[in-house]
Amino acid sequence: MFRNNYDNDAVTFSPQGRIFQVEYAQEAVKQGSVVVGLVNKTHAVLVGLKRNAEELSSYQKKIIEIDSHMGIAIAGLASDARVLSNYMKQQSLGSRMTYGRPIPVDRIVTQIADRAQTNTQHYGKRPYGVGLLVAGVDEAGPHLFEFQPSGMIHEMLACAIGARSQMARTYLERNLEKITNSTRDELISHGLRALKETLSQDKELTVDNTSVGVVGLADGGKGKIESFKHYEGQDLVPLLEAVESGEAKEEETMEVDS
Amino acid sequence: MNHYPEIWGRPRDDIYGPYNSSYLQTTGPKTYTQSPAVTGTSVIAVKFNGGVAIVADNLASYGSLARFTDVKRLRVFSDSAVIGFSGDVSDMQYIHRLLGSIDIRENYSTHGNMLNAKNLHTYLSKVLYKRRSEFNPLWNHLLVAGFDEDKNPFLSSADLLGTTYSAPHLATGFGAHLAIPILRRLFPEEKPLEEITKEHAEAALRECLKVLWYRDARSLDKYSMAVITAEGIELKEDQVIGAQSWAFAESIKGYGAQIN
Repeated sequence: MFRNNYDNDAVTFSPQGRIFQVEYAQEAVKQGSVVVGLVNKTHAVLVGLKRNAEELSSYQKKIIEIDSHMGIAIAGLASDARVLSNYMKQQSLGSRMTYGRPIPVDRIVTQIADRAQTNTQHYGKRPYGVGLLVAGVDEAGPHLFEFQPSGMIHEMLACAIGARSQMARTYLERNLEKITNSTRDELISHGLRALKETLSQDKELTVDNTSVGVVGLADGGKGKIESFKHYEGQDLVPLLEAVESGEAKEEETMEVDS
Repeated sequence: MNHYPEIWGRPRDDIYGPYNSSYLQTTGPKTYTQSPAVTGTSVIAVKFNGGVAIVADNLASYGSLARFTDVKRLRVFSDSAVIGFSGDVSDMQYIHRLLGSIDIRENYSTHGNMLNAKNLHTYLSKVLYKRRSEFNPLWNHLLVAGFDEDKNPFLSSADLLGTTYSAPHLATGFGAHLAIPILRRLFPEEKPLEEITKEHAEAALRECLKVLWYRDARSLDKYSMAVITAEGIELKEDQVIGAQSWAFAESIKGYGAQIN
């Protein structure tokens, strides 16, 4: 009936030193639809593939704005993500209220990590079944963080989590140099291309199933920020077209090469 | 009915026996600090081109007694701000501990302490307002000097009620009456900040301190001065007001013991 004796709660180690409930939570992240995050020197971008539960239902939200300087992309249990995002919104507003400043990204990520870790060490609790990519800007520039149900956080240059995300990670690893030195619009295109890599044969990115979030430093510099912008629906048309025209150009050059 | 109003409406002793006053509360309502104990007097600060200068004397008075003469009322916060405290000295020490723990907490983050003077002023004003709303105020009036997020000189005040205001020059306590008019004359509103040098600002503050030393009975001629510029914070403690002349005192009439 049970896979083993050590997965009934999140507080018991297996003799191999594993906590199965935490690992199962990480499986929940892998079941979620894919989200990709990437940063260059000025911007942080999140892109996500939205799924609809059935043909006639709406699509599940993948990207949530936390504050004007920060947003998250979610993979896994969306309801758990909502709890976490509400907490992040509260903390973010708290920082603006008490200090009059947007909360630094690493600070808020550490806070949700601490919360997630508590769920892995108290009897009767369950780990969050969601992984997050947190993109934001603060005084130290743009940041991307990966958050896992285990409470682990990593600052990333580029990252993908969710179903079939390995394909996107491969794309990001191969193009890391280009991504780091890209412009804002190129960064979005790289994100969308990485997302495209994960699609199965019969699927493609459309205005309905794609979601993009961008935040960064404003052109003027001097610490001014370009507020988090969430692209959905018709707003995505130019972004998706930019990816296609970019690919067409690449194919042309490849023909010349051969 | 008799002519003792305090008796009116009460059970009459001659009918009901003496009133059992043990039912009455002998204590009043619960109260917290109603007045400060050991206090510091004025703090004065001026913005200049590229920074802020701030001064306070080194005295902590116990009522009218000059009790402690080496109290540092300018406190540095993490190389980014200086806070000048007037009012209760023990509350100043409490706030200083708060600032210490904030500094430690901020430094745990990857990029260190990124709070600037403006953030700090916002925080302190909330602390002061919270405490006054609990009817347990921190009895201080403080000036926060440093830079804002755009690296412009920042100077603002917060008092025991949580009231905040800011101006190119500020003073607390007696200084608000005696130093501000001097500073307004030296640095009128139409004079742009760019024309005020660090030396102008320092000299003006020394002048103000001297006037306060002459006229504020709770002041001292030993003082501290901090100058905040982009290069950092220069804090000079144990300064002394020089070139004193008490000749004018002869002409003062109408105060204290006078024979004619």
